[in-house]
Amino acid sequence: MSAEPLLRIDGLYKSFGALAASNDVCIDIAPGEIHAVIGPNGAGKTTLVAQICGQLQPDAGTVHFDGRDITLLQQDKRPALGLVRSFQITSIFPDFTALENVAMAVQLNAGHSFHFFADAGRDTSLNEPAMGYLKTVGLQASAGTPAFALAHGQQRQLELAMALALKPKMLVLDEPMAGMGPDETAHVISLLNELKGSVTMLLVEHDMDAVFALADRISVLVYGKIIATGLPEEIRNNAAVREAYLGSEDDADA
Amino acid sequence: MYLFLEQLLNGIQFGVFLFLIAAGLTLIFGIMGVINLAHGSLFMIGAYAAAVATEWTGSFALGIVIALVVSGIVGMAIEFVIIRRLYDRDHLDQVLATFGLILFANELMTILFGRTPLFLNVPDALNGSVEIFPGVQYPLYRLAIIAMGVLVALILFLIITRTRAGMLIRAGSTNRDMVAVLGVDIALMFTLLFGLGAVFAGFAGAMAGPLISVEVGMGEQQLILAFVVVVIGGIGSVRGALVGALLVGVVDTLGRAFLPDLLKLFMDPASADGIGAGLSSMSIYIVMAAVLIVKPNGLFPVSVARH
Amino acid sequence: MVNKRNLVFVTAAVLAAILVPQVLTMLGEEYLIGTASRIAIYGLAAMSLNLILGYGGMVSFGHAAYFGVGAYVVGILSFHVFDGSSIMGFQGTDAAVLSWLLAIVISALVAFVLGALSLRTSGVYFIMITLAFAQMLYFLFVSMERYGGDDGVIMYNGRNSLPMVDLSDDTSFYYVCLTFLLAFLLLFVLLVRSRFGKVLQACRQNETRMRALGCNVRRYKLAAFVIAGAVAGLAGALNANHAEYVSPDYLHWTKSGDLMIMVILGGIGTIIGPVIGAAAFLLLEDFLPLLFDATGFPTFKEHWRIVFGPLLILVVLFARGGLVGTFSAMRGDHER
Repeated sequence: MSAEPLLRIDGLYKSFGALAASNDVCIDIAPGEIHAVIGPNGAGKTTLVAQICGQLQPDAGTVHFDGRDITLLQQDKRPALGLVRSFQITSIFPDFTALENVAMAVQLNAGHSFHFFADAGRDTSLNEPAMGYLKTVGLQASAGTPAFALAHGQQRQLELAMALALKPKMLVLDEPMAGMGPDETAHVISLLNELKGSVTMLLVEHDMDAVFALADRISVLVYGKIIATGLPEEIRNNAAVREAYLGSEDDADA
Repeated sequence: MYLFLEQLLNGIQFGVFLFLIAAGLTLIFGIMGVINLAHGSLFMIGAYAAAVATEWTGSFALGIVIALVVSGIVGMAIEFVIIRRLYDRDHLDQVLATFGLILFANELMTILFGRTPLFLNVPDALNGSVEIFPGVQYPLYRLAIIAMGVLVALILFLIITRTRAGMLIRAGSTNRDMVAVLGVDIALMFTLLFGLGAVFAGFAGAMAGPLISVEVGMGEQQLILAFVVVVIGGIGSVRGALVGALLVGVVDTLGRAFLPDLLKLFMDPASADGIGAGLSSMSIYIVMAAVLIVKPNGLFPVSVARH
Repeated sequence: MVNKRNLVFVTAAVLAAILVPQVLTMLGEEYLIGTASRIAIYGLAAMSLNLILGYGGMVSFGHAAYFGVGAYVVGILSFHVFDGSSIMGFQGTDAAVLSWLLAIVISALVAFVLGALSLRTSGVYFIMITLAFAQMLYFLFVSMERYGGDDGVIMYNGRNSLPMVDLSDDTSFYYVCLTFLLAFLLLFVLLVRSRFGKVLQACRQNETRMRALGCNVRRYKLAAFVIAGAVAGLAGALNANHAEYVSPDYLHWTKSGDLMIMVILGGIGTIIGPVIGAAAFLLLEDFLPLLFDATGFPTFKEHWRIVFGPLLILVVLFARGGLVGTFSAMRGDHER
């Protein structure tokens, strides 16, 4: 850990009634790193993502991004800083075509949208970059297909293309492989591997093969607490982790 | 001071009315996720049923009972024929379909009873007034309404804390799967709950009969006020409906009674009357706007369990 | 819109709309020119509602408020000309350009304030709040004794004056309304295809996603709400001129319901749907009573709503696309 961390989560605490969904969570992520967060269901992973991305506000603790305190920054102001997320449950614009979905992301990245007259559907400054991102994720053949008609795995790829279109410094990926078949998973792993180095990533994922294939470092979240952070081998061999999590992998995959 | 006290009681009594309407509205929305514009029609049907039945039987008490039965049955019939097709639809469809119901109900009542309002007399037993404070007389009937309101609030409280349906209300659940897990016949339960909401609305209408004229469209005024109540209180919260209803009832009544006089302290009488009338008719909406600015989800937001 | 069949269709429709007064005069049914004007006016109002309802996904149940505010601006300005009195130090006016412009600006301002408050919420709250605020304005106008209270304002000076055009002539007035309708139709086509329109439609489909993409959703929704309010205000100003009369009924909540019905009846989220819906609604309103009378159900003549209510329920339950959707389905089109 030589460089200044791009994302610094410090002492994050969030409770729902008696349940502490985040309990003194501290994570530093260096520029270029892929940092995975794993943990059993109900460990508080999605709550953590929600706080990083501004969907929820923590009860205590801070989130710094790129040297700036963003703990209380509104959700919709974060992508402009380069902090971009994807959703665990596919979140796209179902009536738009795949191309329109990505073009929307390009458009929002290009500044305000108070343009009332020019036809956005024919705007090459939107469509060309959008097509580029579709190519990156391997969806160019389906550009004209309405998003609702895409297969589940394709929708996940589309979601990734939209995230990339925001030119993120850091991607927060909430279970990007959820519901994908083995081929699609392999494709996304290789895609994320290609992005490695240029985009920093926080990867929340259940698929252990994907995590160990991609992650530089791993944090293990159990009952809202980080019980271990380290290199993949360290996590694999950590006794506490094995007991709390890897040992009962059957449950975790449920 | 005595005048103030009297107006305050009037405000509370008005609030009790609104609570009866808003409680049914908020329950139905809280559990079934349906926004029912025709709730005001059930209020109207209760009022008409009470007026007609009292006329026939000569007994106000019997009139009330018949009104409860009629509005309950009409409510369940509406649920059975139309509302249950709307559970999975979006709010727009619900609004439009129940708006269609209003058009139908209003026109039907016009055909049956004409456009002249019906009048319902205060029953003899409740006619007259009592001395609530030395020197302050207050109509017995209005006191009875307040008492009834308290009774209904208590019944609702018991339903919510002691029954399975109440458990769902407390959980803020609109999740039908969860209801199924509890092993309840959902369709039947929803019909009965809708009927219960209708009974509350009908009861309010029946009790309102002697105070306001029974006429077509009487329910919609109350419905919109009930919306204000629900927005202030928080959708799905019966406690919020109670607090919101009392707040709206008191603010509206006191505003109309005292705002013009209050303004006369600052300006000439003519403009005070004009501005006072305008302001007092807007007062509850201004309260609503203020609540919205501070607490967009109402005073008692029902937190829907998420994960 | 670009393909040939549509171009032919649009040209034919515009020509037909232009020829309406001549055809009606030929048939000796001149009084129906007024109905044609109302269709154009309500078409304009319903289209403005469709912008937020069909494209922005905002279920506003208070749209008549802006229609009414626009109408009252015209009515009040005309009242002061007749009365010779001033309003807040200004003279009244009969000039169409000035009073219609003021109607647009003031209803836009009201929409801005009420929209900013209402858009703090969403879903069913939004429905109730827009309805409640519209009711607030309704009671405000009812309480204004000076402007007739419940009874409203009669424009004793007649319709506004426009240079070169005699608005008191029904045919000229119809053409003015039609011009506004066509102009807004054109604007609307551009608007829904623009970046702004795309954002609006995306918000309707998935607001959470828009926020995560860095979009300040409320700002765009509010902008659409203000545009819709402004256009509804213009429609109200035109309707005040058509009727030469303004009353709180313009803002009554059932009027908001009527506007929604027009949108649904014609086809929500389509460009021309609301205009067709307005035409269908107003023609039904005029002819359903006559139809009942003629077919031997005179009871229903006065009570046509007893048929209209269930009809609405059936449309909602079984024909969501409205007339445009049904027509396209028959042609085998795919609505987008």
